[in-house]
Amino acid sequence: MSSASNSSASTATSSRLTFVVGLALLGFLGLIPVLSVVFDDPFLLTLFTRIVIMAIAAVSLNLILGYGGMVSFGHAAYIGVGGYTVGILAFHGVHAAWIQWPLAVIISGVVAALIGLLSLRTKGIFFIMITLAFSQLVYYLGNGAFAYGGDDGLNIMTRSDFGGLLNLDNRPTFYYLCWVILLASIYFVHRTVNSRFGMVLQGARSNDRRMATIGFPVHRYQLTAFVIAGMLCGLAGVLTATFTGFISPAMMHWSRSGDLIVMVVLGGMGSLFGPVFGTVAFLLLEEVLSSWTEYWKIVFGPILILVVLFARGGIDGAMVRGQACTLLAGCAAFFLLYGIHTTYEDQWLIPTLILVAACALAWFAKWEIQRRKNRHD
Amino acid sequence: MLLIFEQFLNGLQIALLLFLLAAGLTLVFGIMDMVNLAHGSLYMMGAYFAAVFTEWTGSFFLGAALALPAGALLGIVTEIIALRTLYTRDHLDQVLATFGLILFFNELARLMFGAGGMTIETPNWLQGQIEILPGLPYPSYRFLIILVGLLCAAFLYVLVQRTRLGMLIRAGASNREMVGALGINIKQLFTLVFGLGSALAALAGLMAGPVTTVQIGMGDNILILALVVIVIGGIGSLPGAFIAALAIGIIDTMGRAFLPNMLGAFLSPSDASTLATALSSMLIYILMAAVLVLRPAGLFPAPGR
Repeated sequence: MSSASNSSASTATSSRLTFVVGLALLGFLGLIPVLSVVFDDPFLLTLFTRIVIMAIAAVSLNLILGYGGMVSFGHAAYIGVGGYTVGILAFHGVHAAWIQWPLAVIISGVVAALIGLLSLRTKGIFFIMITLAFSQLVYYLGNGAFAYGGDDGLNIMTRSDFGGLLNLDNRPTFYYLCWVILLASIYFVHRTVNSRFGMVLQGARSNDRRMATIGFPVHRYQLTAFVIAGMLCGLAGVLTATFTGFISPAMMHWSRSGDLIVMVVLGGMGSLFGPVFGTVAFLLLEEVLSSWTEYWKIVFGPILILVVLFARGGIDGAMVRGQACTLLAGCAAFFLLYGIHTTYEDQWLIPTLILVAACALAWFAKWEIQRRKNRHD
Repeated sequence: MLLIFEQFLNGLQIALLLFLLAAGLTLVFGIMDMVNLAHGSLYMMGAYFAAVFTEWTGSFFLGAALALPAGALLGIVTEIIALRTLYTRDHLDQVLATFGLILFFNELARLMFGAGGMTIETPNWLQGQIEILPGLPYPSYRFLIILVGLLCAAFLYVLVQRTRLGMLIRAGASNREMVGALGINIKQLFTLVFGLGSALAALAGLMAGPVTTVQIGMGDNILILALVVIVIGGIGSLPGAFIAALAIGIIDTMGRAFLPNMLGAFLSPSDASTLATALSSMLIYILMAAVLVLRPAGLFPAPGR
């Protein structure tokens, strides 16, 4: 899915576009609690907390899927592992976040190391299938954990306790914690993929045999990336469990892993901000369509197919290719959908925000295209 | 002993249903190198078609006879509209697009047939039991599933090993480009195979319908099992799929049947059955992981792949 056809010069200018839009989006995400208060819409905060947490998981998947070329169809397992660690510790009366959170991340890492060690022996479709098999294994482990609710799941009565430092029951505080973790994980992925380690990883994506011939222990690099991604996704699981106060095997169902891949691909694989674009687009689309019709997936399924067939490289790819028209059409379609929905619901906040965002994006794209044209002349 | 034999037959029945589903999947995969997650949706739609047609005609067999071509037709239409452009794409694109198809079909079924699920009425003479061995009565409908499944397996064996079409299918699984270069219209061949696979999936769905209920998402879990079957068996290999389906069907059934008793010694009955169900499901995935680790291309990979 890499846009190899682009000349490096145009990629450089346009990745600046992605960068600016990405930062703007992250800044916008940082304003959500304020907007939620200003417009007196608590649901906005709930929705975006979910979005930010899923974005962290998508960023972690992008590290191995986008940069490493490892199509893990079982990434939701780590959300489950992280969530269950917190849930089980809370069940036994351990509420200190200083114990819960690092332990959850470490256990996710150990699970990822075991899965990766065996899975990375296979390639291609077999890798997709074996990661799926291992995540099903973890899923059924959750189903069989009757002491912790089995397939009914388990309520977490007390939120993780950060001493006096942070009060996670305060929703804006929790939101900002998630937001900061998202920013940190994006920065971390940025530093990782641009390091020597990341170069080897990306080299292995293009041609692992050649990398091995040069003398890199490719398998070890890939395994390390796999474990890092698992740990980061485990952290997203911790946040999910803390946010909803509930864990169940459903959070690691295989379709959740599918959703995560969709988010990464929709946003643009191997792009720094791609997973964030993808997650925001995916979950907002889900929100809009599902409030529009009960049968929202009948629209969403074909949209997904169309994206795969025609919008290669996802949202980020469209920006890199300067397909402002595509993006605008997407935004317009989205706005139209929301307009139809709001006719019934009498809500105006989110459509307005989207319109403003779309205008800003269009203006910026136009400016960027103009600038590039000037340079060519 | 009789109990073990009876559970063995139950396992065989599940295994044959799995095989019918996996056969279409492995042929499609083998020839066009195409992952089709929507195969489980064809299984579900087959069951729904059978339920609707049975209600309409009043006869299970007429309903089934109508549902089979309907399933094949649905598969062919899906192939022509959505899947054809995906052959040249990588597996990730195929997984995603067919994932979209699953979402679409699940909602379509909910829209068309309601969220409540449907039941398929079998004729009276199939609702009793027959004595297959002295002292061993067995539900006659389940016995029919085993018979039909075995017949289909035999039919597929003859088709693939003894006919010209089968020769082309085997050749396609080994080297697609070469078959094309020898003047075979590989696209047409594929549409044919896809239709055949869809009919088999619909057959599996409509036979499972009276035993389980016909419901939304009934194809999703069995699809994952069918994928496990073709990966263990080796992609593109029908004998491999058959053996893997047998292994998985029997492990699953035996685990569910006998683990609760063994665990019951330590645990309360409900806990034991929860744990047993989970353990037998986990056994399947452990088996698959073990096979892939030891033989990364499955047990019987098609030659030349």
